[in-house]
Amino acid sequence: MEIVMSILAGTLFAAGVYLLLQKQLLKIVLGTALLSHGAHLFILTMGKLNRGAPPILEKGIKIYTDPLPQALILTSIVISFGVTSFLLVLAYRTYQSNKTDMMDQLRGTDDE
Amino acid sequence: MLHFYIFLPFLAALLIGISAKRVSRIHTGWFVLPVPVVLFILFSTKMPILAEGKIVQSVANWIPSLDIQLSFYLDGLSMLFSLLITGIGSLVVLYSIFYLSKKEQLVHFYVYLLIFMGSMLGVVLSDNVFVLYTFWEFTSISSFLLIGFWFYREKSTYGAQKSMLVTVFGGLSMLGALILLSITAETNSIRTMIANRSEIIESNLFIPILILLLLGAFTKSAQFPFHSWLPDAMEAPTPVSAYLHSATMVKAGIYLVARFSLIFSGSDEFFIIVSGIGLITLCIGSFLASRQTDLKGILAYSTISQLGMIMTMLGFGTGAAALAAIFHIFNHATFKGSLFMIAGIVDHETGTRDIRRLGGLYTFMPISATLAFFGAFSMAGIPLPIFNGFLSKEMFFDSSLKLEQTSGFAGLFAEWAPILAVIGSIFTFVYSMYLVFGTFTGKAKLGQLEKKPHEAPIGMLISPIILIVFVVLVGLLPNLINEPLLAPAVASITGDFAITHLAFWHGFNTPLYMSLIVVVIGTILAFTLKKWQPIYNAIPGKFSSDYWYQSLINGLLKFSSVFTKSYMTGSLRLYTSIILVFLTASTSIFIYVTDGFKISFDDLAPVTWPEVLVGFVMAVAAIATIWMTQRIAAIIVIGVVGYGLSLLFVFFRAPDLALTQLIVETITVALFLLCFTHLPKLKKSDKKSSEKLVDFVIAASTGALLTIVAISSHSSKYFDSIAKYFVDNSYELGGGDNIVNVILVDFRGLDTLFEIAVLGLAALGIFAMIKYRDKGDMNH
Repeated sequence: MEIVMSILAGTLFAAGVYLLLQKQLLKIVLGTALLSHGAHLFILTMGKLNRGAPPILEKGIKIYTDPLPQALILTSIVISFGVTSFLLVLAYRTYQSNKTDMMDQLRGTDDE
Repeated sequence: MLHFYIFLPFLAALLIGISAKRVSRIHTGWFVLPVPVVLFILFSTKMPILAEGKIVQSVANWIPSLDIQLSFYLDGLSMLFSLLITGIGSLVVLYSIFYLSKKEQLVHFYVYLLIFMGSMLGVVLSDNVFVLYTFWEFTSISSFLLIGFWFYREKSTYGAQKSMLVTVFGGLSMLGALILLSITAETNSIRTMIANRSEIIESNLFIPILILLLLGAFTKSAQFPFHSWLPDAMEAPTPVSAYLHSATMVKAGIYLVARFSLIFSGSDEFFIIVSGIGLITLCIGSFLASRQTDLKGILAYSTISQLGMIMTMLGFGTGAAALAAIFHIFNHATFKGSLFMIAGIVDHETGTRDIRRLGGLYTFMPISATLAFFGAFSMAGIPLPIFNGFLSKEMFFDSSLKLEQTSGFAGLFAEWAPILAVIGSIFTFVYSMYLVFGTFTGKAKLGQLEKKPHEAPIGMLISPIILIVFVVLVGLLPNLINEPLLAPAVASITGDFAITHLAFWHGFNTPLYMSLIVVVIGTILAFTLKKWQPIYNAIPGKFSSDYWYQSLINGLLKFSSVFTKSYMTGSLRLYTSIILVFLTASTSIFIYVTDGFKISFDDLAPVTWPEVLVGFVMAVAAIATIWMTQRIAAIIVIGVVGYGLSLLFVFFRAPDLALTQLIVETITVALFLLCFTHLPKLKKSDKKSSEKLVDFVIAASTGALLTIVAISSHSSKYFDSIAKYFVDNSYELGGGDNIVNVILVDFRGLDTLFEIAVLGLAALGIFAMIKYRDKGDMNH
């Protein structure tokens, strides 16, 4: 299962990177969302999958799945949510100010 | 004790820097003057100890783990340099009090000068090579600051930059040599290196060490082809030129060669490189000096050629040559120091240093003129017993005739050395005459001067007078300084303590005839200078080292600007691609080289269909986003991936993650929908198929790399997860059954706090962006 999930994480990453390299801002935002999904899956796979009960203590159960990756991912989900929403609004503002959402028209000025 | 001597100038620099502005009525120089004077006296009191053949030393630990100690020791060679640094330093500070007006940035000037003084003392007293290197670079920096003292002049900054680049290049080469030396000899102490010199001489690294070390010495001492920084350094105030660029700092290279000469001399390579470069420098420097029109320019080329002469003698490696070199270091400091000061006086009193506008100044400034004649005649080596320059020059001729090298190329070169020595000395004679006769005799051109010339104030004359007194005194009684000063210094170069009697008259011998040839031909050339001077214009500019320096700098600037522009295009996509390609390539190479890829099927969870099915749908959806042209469809497809992930979280027994992911995904989709009305429609990519291919390759390889890393790290687990600690202690220490939650709010509580902070910042940013949207563009 771990190998299947590794491949899935790689696929999500590849799709995310491809979108990241596009010109349109919205696609770039979508790309970052895919990247974070891929990263979460990657971290979860690193802690081995399905090796026990859900990490909630119960009497009589000795073996639990690794709680540490889950804690990391939980933090990460929230942060990537913040980043995605920030980027969305940034894209929206950029479009409003510059009347374009194409990256190659959004280069800095020469005297920057 | 020696630590205190080196520390004193730095301490004084600090105090002057803090306090001097408050007492502006008195010239800052008066507060500085006691420092070199006191140090000079302190060093002088040690002379009797050295005359007995002993040394003074003091050691303090600095970085013992790296074997770097602040160990200083004072032997004959260090003593000679220390006395020059503090003695000439005192005279220069005194002179500068009258030379620089109170309106100048005096605090800066004296702080730099004191830093230089302290670091130069550090160079000549250090025993640890890395301490020596540190002080060495300090002298380069203070020289840079002093040359650029009048930083609003373009030429000053140019000269400062040039000297910095050249000497720091040499300094780094020298650092390389010192590192190699310390590896080969397994010590950082110069004395231990000299004691174990056979290890260095027999090592394979001998030649690289020699060349790197000499690069440091040659750049610092302005030897050919690195000499061109010294004439440009003449933009510094004249006291600085007299001090750093003739008497002390430029002799640091000489010091270095002398200090290591016990290790290197005796090898033919050392003889050929040091004496060869020295003789070339002597000839080129003296030849080019007569071309200059600026008084300080003449003196700069003269310094170059004199340094070449001293270098040559050190290269000879015989005891007599070492004595001549040491003697000439002293003599050169006296006559060249005084000549620089006179040049400064002429500049100060007439407003120009251009020799074409000067002339006939003898009538207006007789004292300065007399001093200048003494200095110049001593430099030219006029055979009279009142000029110390003649004595050391004749010793130079003598030693060039008694070389020990007889075989091979070195022997051939040894036969030519006396001839080159005479040629160099002839031109030395010519420029010395050109300098004084051009300035002080002939018809005065008062109309071309900015001021009416008159004699300098007595304060400015004291320092050159003292130096000229030394010129005459040492010329008359050379043995006065021989036993206390010269002999111990020679002993540090050759290793044996011996006193050679110095005398003016040796009878009619070859060196005397050589001197006479120099005087006769020199006089003829000096008086016909105007006729043959056009030769200089025939030399193409391509032969000058200035030309090469400038081409190198221009080439470097052009290369870096072309190179930078080639990738700094302003396109963020290009930057992202470069970063990704670099990341992928470097990681793949690393995995390949270290054989890091591993795959094992031993410890896997069983494959079950629901998970695989969900994963398959996610993969399809993720890839599908690339071709979506409908915004709503793109959002839905992204949603499929997100919800699919939360399903996977459920399967993989991560209930908290599943819940959070569900909520976040829902809000995100809602956000996307909200932004819809404002964002333009998705367009089909208008990229060329080649661009698409590049994007595809980058994306596919990044994804593949992630998979490989994931599989490899899963297949090579070297230790158990640290999760056991959290499982065991979750209830006892954290008081909760939900381990993930306990980790977040208790064990890693600070992480969560910062996570909240990030979220808060993002919210603030969003708020700001939306709130201020109607108030116009931020750029306005």
